[in-house]
Amino acid sequence: MIRVILPTHLRTLARVDGEVELHVEGPITQRSVLDALEARYPALCGTIRDHVTLQRRAFVRFFACEEDISHEPPEAPLPDAVASGAEPFFVVGAIAGG
Amino acid sequence: MSRVRVLVGTRKGAFILTSDGKRENWEVNGPHFAGWEIYHLKGSPVDPNRLYTSQSSGWFGQIIQRSSDGGKTWEQPGTKPGEPSTTPDGMPMGESNKFVYDTSPESGKPLTTHQWYDGTQHPWEFKRVWHLEPSLTDPDTVYAGVEDAALFRTTDGAQTWHELAGLRGHGTGPKWQPGAGGMCLHTILLDPSDPGRIFIAISAAGAFRTDDAGKTWRPINRGLSSQYIPDPNAEVGHCVHRIALNRSRPNVLFMQKHWDVMRSDDAGDSWHEVSGNLPTDFGFPIDVHAHEPDTVYVVPIKSDAEHYPMDGKLRVYRSRTGGQEWEALTKGLPQRDCYVNVLRDAMAVDSLDSCGVYFGTTGGQVYASADAGDSWAPIVRDLPPVLSVEVQTLP
Repeated sequence: MIRVILPTHLRTLARVDGEVELHVEGPITQRSVLDALEARYPALCGTIRDHVTLQRRAFVRFFACEEDISHEPPEAPLPDAVASGAEPFFVVGAIAGG
Repeated sequence: MSRVRVLVGTRKGAFILTSDGKRENWEVNGPHFAGWEIYHLKGSPVDPNRLYTSQSSGWFGQIIQRSSDGGKTWEQPGTKPGEPSTTPDGMPMGESNKFVYDTSPESGKPLTTHQWYDGTQHPWEFKRVWHLEPSLTDPDTVYAGVEDAALFRTTDGAQTWHELAGLRGHGTGPKWQPGAGGMCLHTILLDPSDPGRIFIAISAAGAFRTDDAGKTWRPINRGLSSQYIPDPNAEVGHCVHRIALNRSRPNVLFMQKHWDVMRSDDAGDSWHEVSGNLPTDFGFPIDVHAHEPDTVYVVPIKSDAEHYPMDGKLRVYRSRTGGQEWEALTKGLPQRDCYVNVLRDAMAVDSLDSCGVYFGTTGGQVYASADAGDSWAPIVRDLPPVLSVEVQTLP
């Protein structure tokens, strides 16, 4: 089971509290996790990545195991700790301003 | 007794203000969509409890919300609880948030670039919905004006949106350029006497009209003069801030341009200036009295560099002669140390016998006048900066 932690605004949109748990088929990558997330919570389509190009929105970042993995290829495997459910996959609104 | 419902979009959520027809005591409900920018929300003229909201964020993009009970509850169209979360071919739903420019050859001339601030060509990039205009006849049909400038339409209650690509494709698109607030399509006026006729306005391109329900478009900017562009009398490139009409006389349009208040008596074919004795003719909103088609309201702002009222005095100006002759309306408005702005979509009129006028400020105040502007009182004083104000007159 993959654990995903969403920022507050997206939890509100998806109508969830706390972590989201997802069953993801096949290799565990940014893309497969986000595909599963959007399939389960269609309201999130377009909020994390573009509807058409599937590129990450400019002010959204991805973290795993305390590392910023925003610029990793979408098809790159996520860390084993995320794939095993030991660590969550974080979707974070980038900090702007003070 | 009739009631009014004022729909307020702010930088940090939406608010719904309600009162009876006296418009003295108000109930304030909100924030809805707390923390999100609400550029606009508006109700259907044929089903007043059907509301549509543009909810957006620089972080998370564009969301469309819909209410069928006057704003008590909201849903994202297309993702109602219990619906299957994917289509038969496995694609996720959630189309209500999806605004994709039409680049198909069938649309005529797929257009991919417009003018950028530095004069180079720049690809069209969707940013947000500025304005939602529900159909005058069908509660499931809504028009959306977006940034980068384009017009979209839904006919299924906002579940899916499709671009009316003839606007961007008619030929002048590469000359359009963003204004200081972005390249936004901010005004949509539906002609109540002609279902095929729609007026729209774009900053900074100008005003445009279709007479065939959005298939073909042409610029309607003859008579506009803008000293800040290379050709002051160009066909397009004018920073139109807002246009307005009275439903009983839709061929007469009033415009607040970047500078200049303008009037057209021929559905935009030609314009003439009616700034007259205004202390400054820079401003953003403009609106027309519900029952007196020659009574017009503007809020003069000092200049394009100083977006606040002159002399710290918040004054609405009213013309009862269709322009040229303007009177300052000050009773109940702050007349010292006031440096707020009133944005282009933040003024509205109701249709009660004594026409109510409403506007919101960047300081978070929403003012109402129940006597056509003679006197004003704040409904609320401390909302987030107000982006839009609409009003519904309810039975």
